[in-house]
Amino acid sequence: MSIEVNGKVLETDKEGYLLDLSQWEPAVAETMALADQQELTPEHWEVIRFLREFYAEFAMAPAVRILTRAIGKKFGKEKGNARYLYNLFPYGPGKQACRYAGLPKPSGCM
Amino acid sequence: MKIKKCLYVNRRAPYGTSYALEAIDMVLIGSVFDQDISLLFIDDGLFQLKKGQDTADVEIKNHSPAYRAFEMYDVEKIYVSKEAMAARGLKRADLLVDVEQLSDNRIKELMDEHDVIFSF
Amino acid sequence: MSILHTVNKSPFEKNSLESCLRYAKNGSAVLLIEDGIYAALAGTTFENTVATAMSELDFYCLAPDMKARGFSSSSMIDGIKLVDYAGFVDLTVEYEKVQAWL
Repeated sequence: MSIEVNGKVLETDKEGYLLDLSQWEPAVAETMALADQQELTPEHWEVIRFLREFYAEFAMAPAVRILTRAIGKKFGKEKGNARYLYNLFPYGPGKQACRYAGLPKPSGCM
Repeated sequence: MKIKKCLYVNRRAPYGTSYALEAIDMVLIGSVFDQDISLLFIDDGLFQLKKGQDTADVEIKNHSPAYRAFEMYDVEKIYVSKEAMAARGLKRADLLVDVEQLSDNRIKELMDEHDVIFSF
Repeated sequence: MSILHTVNKSPFEKNSLESCLRYAKNGSAVLLIEDGIYAALAGTTFENTVATAMSELDFYCLAPDMKARGFSSSSMIDGIKLVDYAGFVDLTVEYEKVQAWL
């Protein structure tokens, strides 16, 4: 499978995750979101950027419970819960946000 | 249900085989459940924890940063064999996470004290 | 008739290095690759074995494999030469045969 972003064809796996993480750019998230009819607000970008930073530091995507805890710590308590994240990303922060962020599926995500 | 004490025993060097990577995945998945997790690094498993791994030139993913995330997953007990460290010329400062060094004699007890042992 | 011996297993786990050293003739070379690079480290229980063998054999170590495992030339036994992939190819040309100790 593949998606087209800014005239470039990027390979993805069958679940839509980018195969080459280095090909990510913000337009990748926008293209994927558009296909899902998902609007991207600054709050979405907060999570997407956080995931990218987490991946850069630990070479893996965080499990949802680790993500909620860390988001709460960084962006305020009211954001540090699963409901907040599932409201932003109805398909699940792991499945949807990680995909938009150009990360592989989270470790420990079953 | 009683919380099980699980010991993950790592004894292979990274990259040469996929054991190290499989152990990381298993520990992260295991941390979801109510397990009391300890990690033990003996033999060449110690090399998994070596600081400064840089796989850019060999085109394999460097998984070692994941060990530094273990704390967030409440995996905080990391033991290494003192004898295995000495045999490999390794010091605690060479490792990328804080570890507790145990003698091989103490490690025998450690294995006894756990309900389940996962071997990698 | 000189042979380039490659060793890709850790000496702590397999006897590939020991076998290699038992059969390698004077003047041949040993190239440590993959997990074999652990034999090149100074301060291990294998340092003496390697240092002794170095009087008869040329020792090389593949730099990308060393770097991947978090080590650099400063952790190596003196006298072992680091080579890159191009250097690996040069060695296989320079020596008549390659024997891989798996």
